Amino acid sequence: MKYDLLSRRLLLKRVMALSMLAAVERLVPACAVMSVANIGSQAPLSGEIIDLTISEQLFRLDGRTGRAITINGTIPGPVIRLKEGQQATLRVTNHLKESTSIHWHGLLLPPFMDGVPGVSFAGIKPGTTFTYRFPVKQSGTYWFHSHSGGQEILGMYAPMLIDPIEPEPFGYERDYVVMLSDWSFESPETLFSNLKKQGGYYNFQKRAAGEFFTDVGRMGFWSAIRNYLMWEQMRMDPTDFADVTGYTFTYLMNGLSPAGNWTGLFCPGERVRLRFINAASMTFYDVRIPGLTMTVVQADGQNIQPVAVDELRMGVAETYDVIVEPVEDRAYTIFAETMDRSGYVRGTLAPRTGMAAAIPQRRPRPLRTMEDMGMSMEGMDMPGMKKHGHGGDMTMPDTTPSGDMQSMNPSGDKPNMEHMQHGSGTQPLQDMHEMPGMHAGDPRRSEIPGAELVKHGPDDHGPGNQMVAEYSQNQLGEPGRGLEDSEQRILLYTDLKSLVPYPDQREPEREIEIHLTGHMNRYMWSFDGKKYSEAQEPIRFRYGERLRWTFVNDTMMEHPLHLHGMWMHLENGAGAHLPRKHTVIVKPAERLSVAITADAPGRWAFHCHLLLHMEAGMFRVVEVVDDEHKRLS
Amino acid sequence: MTISPRAVRAALLACLCSAGLDPSVRAQSTLQFPATPLRSTMTDSVSSSKAQAGSAASQASVPVGPSAWQEQMGPDLPPQRDWPSPVNDQENRFFTLVDVLEYRPNTGAGQSRDDYRWDIEGWYGGDYNRIWFKSEGQRDTAFKADYDVDFQLLYGRFIQKYYDFQVGGRVETQSFRGRNVTRGQTVIGIEGLVPYNYELEAALFIDQNGKVSGRLSLTKDFLLTQRLIFQGRFETNVAVQRVERFTTGSGLNNLEFGVRLRYEIRREFAPYVGFSLDRSFGETVTLVRQEGGNPSQIRFVVGVRAWF
Repeated sequence: MKYDLLSRRLLLKRVMALSMLAAVERLVPACAVMSVANIGSQAPLSGEIIDLTISEQLFRLDGRTGRAITINGTIPGPVIRLKEGQQATLRVTNHLKESTSIHWHGLLLPPFMDGVPGVSFAGIKPGTTFTYRFPVKQSGTYWFHSHSGGQEILGMYAPMLIDPIEPEPFGYERDYVVMLSDWSFESPETLFSNLKKQGGYYNFQKRAAGEFFTDVGRMGFWSAIRNYLMWEQMRMDPTDFADVTGYTFTYLMNGLSPAGNWTGLFCPGERVRLRFINAASMTFYDVRIPGLTMTVVQADGQNIQPVAVDELRMGVAETYDVIVEPVEDRAYTIFAETMDRSGYVRGTLAPRTGMAAAIPQRRPRPLRTMEDMGMSMEGMDMPGMKKHGHGGDMTMPDTTPSGDMQSMNPSGDKPNMEHMQHGSGTQPLQDMHEMPGMHAGDPRRSEIPGAELVKHGPDDHGPGNQMVAEYSQNQLGEPGRGLEDSEQRILLYTDLKSLVPYPDQREPEREIEIHLTGHMNRYMWSFDGKKYSEAQEPIRFRYGERLRWTFVNDTMMEHPLHLHGMWMHLENGAGAHLPRKHTVIVKPAERLSVAITADAPGRWAFHCHLLLHMEAGMFRVVEVVDDEHKRLS
Repeated sequence: MTISPRAVRAALLACLCSAGLDPSVRAQSTLQFPATPLRSTMTDSVSSSKAQAGSAASQASVPVGPSAWQEQMGPDLPPQRDWPSPVNDQENRFFTLVDVLEYRPNTGAGQSRDDYRWDIEGWYGGDYNRIWFKSEGQRDTAFKADYDVDFQLLYGRFIQKYYDFQVGGRVETQSFRGRNVTRGQTVIGIEGLVPYNYELEAALFIDQNGKVSGRLSLTKDFLLTQRLIFQGRFETNVAVQRVERFTTGSGLNNLEFGVRLRYEIRREFAPYVGFSLDRSFGETVTLVRQEGGNPSQIRFVVGVRAWF
């Protein structure tokens, strides 16, 4: 009895002590128990085995403190430097309370090493270590980031540089990574939830009364009224350039805010290589260095024929390597303005530390036009217009909104193109058909697909898609909205020409088409009107085939599309020198094609790299299959 | 200057140690900015296309045969059933909009009294299917002499790009001759955004005795600045049959125009001021008068619009 009593008293004591401890723990500010993330340095990690640790930390920025998820304790994470031809072993340890993952963006590797939870593996569970092992088969500037939920927004991104075996075709004396990103003190869940409840939540650059009166003065009363009423009638917002803006984001360069002023040093006359990486979750950047011409030598890690520009637009996840040659003994501002002009980040190239140059004047926020909506300014009379794709003069398979794929099976009078209706791609891999303008040896073969206007068929993308681009056309030769009137030399997609032709020069044997769809008011994003959860059946490529994938953007926003595991050869009219990219920007109402050599068996992610678009369902699985081999699913 | 392999190894080691010993310890090994250049060796700038050709050829090749497949595929493991979804596109959310929550002071004219009014709605659900709830409360309007409160619970389905089709039930209670009267109704409604950006809410109510009535409201925002927003508001009630207990005549019951000027301190929270012109028609005028109400009113309002 006595024993019982004692033990009970002891138990009570312990409970008391425990609960007091818990109470004390709550009183102590979080910063006392959580360490603070450092700013990422440029000192690289390299070698055969590299260890990475994922942890939750605090991040201090301009006097405020927020919760971050870091790789090895810094934002950005450590620069990983590998050598082409080496075997990479990367051990990633998860110290979070939730699962995590790392995806090696742009790397060609075995499918189970790609790091996408639910596609390549199960994710890295709390307290465990996952070992990534793959041969390094390429060189250039890449990056890596979490592919789990909103962890990437919280700071989980870092550069990955791979030195080539062969010497590089350009020279330089200095080499800096310039990693652009965006930081919010609101959680990724809050960002997403706010947008789901009010699509324009973060847009504080809408057209208000003041602008209307300015426009009346500029365009005349009736023109202004007509213009405003047109947008109202369509229930669209012409100021919609970024879902998440400078209202909540602080824009970062190598982990530093504009006030932090990241600085790279040079001696006048040196050639400086800047490896720009857009690691932002939701932000397109327009990058320039007033006073310096940037010679672009690599795009997405791939050597291109050097092209000199004053400014370049970077979609989320794209990388560009440029060489600049500052000759004056003064500071130069690296200026990265967001596409919606709601903010910027700057850094400095300087001969000595502590210097800064003038920050360029901010430019006005651009406006969407009728072309962005795929509406023709010339009216309906389009000579030489091609009608295909969505119906048009093609026999359209049944377009039941339920996505009944049986009825989609093209048979008999097969259309020239297999349209990836509803993104499901269960149609059999059928015999190749010659595409118009794609005959072998055709001198027009370098003609850019989608050069002519293509009329959209009936809108069958369902309620989750706000509108369709009535006419789509490639805009590879255009700098993009907001830069079209610039007198500076802007990098165009048509400027990208691979330095040497890539080995697979086959013509695409078939074409598939996928439409980028979405609804800004309800913040729904999808392909062919279906979210990932509504279209989990993979899009199938046949192993070894060369195919053309055509992206048609039915939304009024730019989307950076990223294909894992395989290169997308951007069909930009460069003939044998098509550049290869891991991420391509598709502009509003644009029809853009890439050629793909399906040389990577397995299941791969394909998605919009705007993180919240991906989370909203703008995501698909691509499966490279071979009849001789067992399917993965 | 050149970073020697030894220095790199030392830095790596230091980093690993600190990470290994205690992940929460600040990594001391990392260099602070201004960062040292990654590489500072002189390299020949002359582009050698021959070297490149070799490099490119080594980088990409067209795969052939089962050996290439095996080599690239690694172990042919099937995906596990317990893998999570790569994206989270089916999350349900909870939303409440307090569109109107206002105080209406006595105008000093007629029998008007100080009173309050609310119009609240919200939903729980995903992109397509939602459970909606709505409540309106009013007192001493042109349509309701004393108070009138309703609550609706509806199922909504997203259709036709801009609209939620809603069906469900409504309970309405008001005072009639000094006592409470209550009725239940079936609701069929539509809510959404019509061309020219008007928020539309239209509903048909059928009560337990088969009496049919309807309500339509339209609101539109005009941005004076990014945060100062002028909202126009129109509401009307109609009925097929006369229902005396609910001061409802057949035909047009009332028309109400309101304007409210709000300032969005945050998107979610906006105090406002405004006024409304409210007038009832036909038989409803008589019924409202009998109850001691004022069938034609102009009222000043002050309130708050909020959502979460």
